[in-house]
Amino acid sequence: MSTTTEDKETKSAAIEAKLIPIYIMGKKYEVPESLTIMKAMEYAGYKYIRGCGCRGGVCGACSTIYRKPNDYKIYTGLACQTVVEPDMYLTQLPFYPAMRATYNFYDLEGKPEEIFELYPELFRCVACNACTKVCPMDVEVMDYIAALKRGDIKAAAQISFDCIQCGLCASRCMGELPQYHIAQLARRINGTYLTPRAEHLKTMVANIQAGRYKEALEGLKASDEDNLKKLYTGREMEPATAGEDWTPKDSTYL
Amino acid sequence: MKIAYYPGCTLKTKAKNLELAALACLDKLRVEYEELPRWNCCGAVFSLADDDLIHMVAPVRDLIRVQERGQDTVLTLCSMCYNTLARANDLMKNDEEKRKTINDFMDEEPDYEGNVRVVHLLDFIRDDYGFDKLKEHITAPLNGMKVAPYYGCTLLRPKEVALDRPDNPIVFHKFLEVIGAEVIDFGSATKCCGAYQVLGAPEATLQVSHEIISDAVNNGAEALALTCPLCDYNMGKRQDQILEKFDDAKELPVYYFTQLLALAMGLESGVAHFELNREIAQKLLKKKNLIKT
Repeated sequence: MSTTTEDKETKSAAIEAKLIPIYIMGKKYEVPESLTIMKAMEYAGYKYIRGCGCRGGVCGACSTIYRKPNDYKIYTGLACQTVVEPDMYLTQLPFYPAMRATYNFYDLEGKPEEIFELYPELFRCVACNACTKVCPMDVEVMDYIAALKRGDIKAAAQISFDCIQCGLCASRCMGELPQYHIAQLARRINGTYLTPRAEHLKTMVANIQAGRYKEALEGLKASDEDNLKKLYTGREMEPATAGEDWTPKDSTYL
Repeated sequence: MKIAYYPGCTLKTKAKNLELAALACLDKLRVEYEELPRWNCCGAVFSLADDDLIHMVAPVRDLIRVQERGQDTVLTLCSMCYNTLARANDLMKNDEEKRKTINDFMDEEPDYEGNVRVVHLLDFIRDDYGFDKLKEHITAPLNGMKVAPYYGCTLLRPKEVALDRPDNPIVFHKFLEVIGAEVIDFGSATKCCGAYQVLGAPEATLQVSHEIISDAVNNGAEALALTCPLCDYNMGKRQDQILEKFDDAKELPVYYFTQLLALAMGLESGVAHFELNREIAQKLLKKKNLIKT
């Protein structure tokens, strides 16, 4: 039985998205309106060799700058996450050069003065806030720089937590700061020196070293494929909605 | 309404003794204050170039933070921050053209028109809290310890932001009198300690700092009281170099005014962190029986 003309039209309307114009590095392309910038660029014929990264919005490799018609504002987004808009002018900025200080981390004591010495340009910040305005992750970049200037490493680590190191902050900075590298040092210091150690971890490591799981692992190594499959498929999984107090029925290895 | 408190970066790093002593006093005086939850460095020095508006952005942003919280007054302890914030405020209030340029540039913030009042703890005590009321809290007066009030530059100049008469100020004198010191008036009370010139001209700075200390000593001072971390750097922290360089130099203990206030209010001396001053600072207080040995 053949399909009717009407059916065909309905189907085609359902499949074909509306095309909208976008400008990639100044050149106009017609792309389907629902695509992300990254997919739209691939649709337009660009092939990513670098600058695409994880495609999941966490690696910071595909930062993109764009403007909209009749709007002086600079907009930014991750190409893999941001949906195209009609008449946007865009370019990708997958990397931005920024000086990263060299240090042997374990020679540091975790003092603010050490950060000041490694990144003296910190004090060139004039609080213009361009970094914060351009951050695709909505990190309050200027605020963590302000925190560091007053030696508050912990606050800087917390404020910068969502940073994906894309470098757009550094691209806009009139003080020429490499904000994201400085923040990374702050988070390292915070994690190593300022955050209390997990005391229970020591006991757990000692238990493992004393052979806590030796027998179980030997048992697994000696199992044949069928038994391994059975164990794997039959394992008890933590339900997605489980609360913090959830424990498995078999607590032999806890 | 709680008063907004702006500490400034140096009070969190090199001048903790200025801040911690002050906060202990404010608590005891039941002054309701809160540190601004968001603030950035004020710039530490007011830019003198007439068209250099970008350096106004930092202090103005801090003033906007105060305004955003519905507060009308911001309290400072560091006289450099006081000066920078007060002058930026003055500019926003009185220069319509620059106000517009700055507000246009900071388009992510609400407009600001200079309506926050910037105060320093000294004029806050004089005008808002009252010296008479403060007197009631002075339970351990300084027993006539001879203290010279050093104003420096930034509390008094320029006159638009001066918290007292720039040529003949008395507010710091009055403060020391209330806390039980014998006030030593001296000609160098409002001279410049050399300030940031310490970076470019360290020797010349030693010279002017030395002259100020000598003037205080020659007028009979046993100690110098000041309000500014940069003055403290030049005349307190660098006093070793002054003593080394000048044969006629005499050692003089230097205190932040808030440390002396804490003592006079009978607070436990630990809150004033005298261990962050030069060693002689504690020695004098012990000799005067103002702290336990």
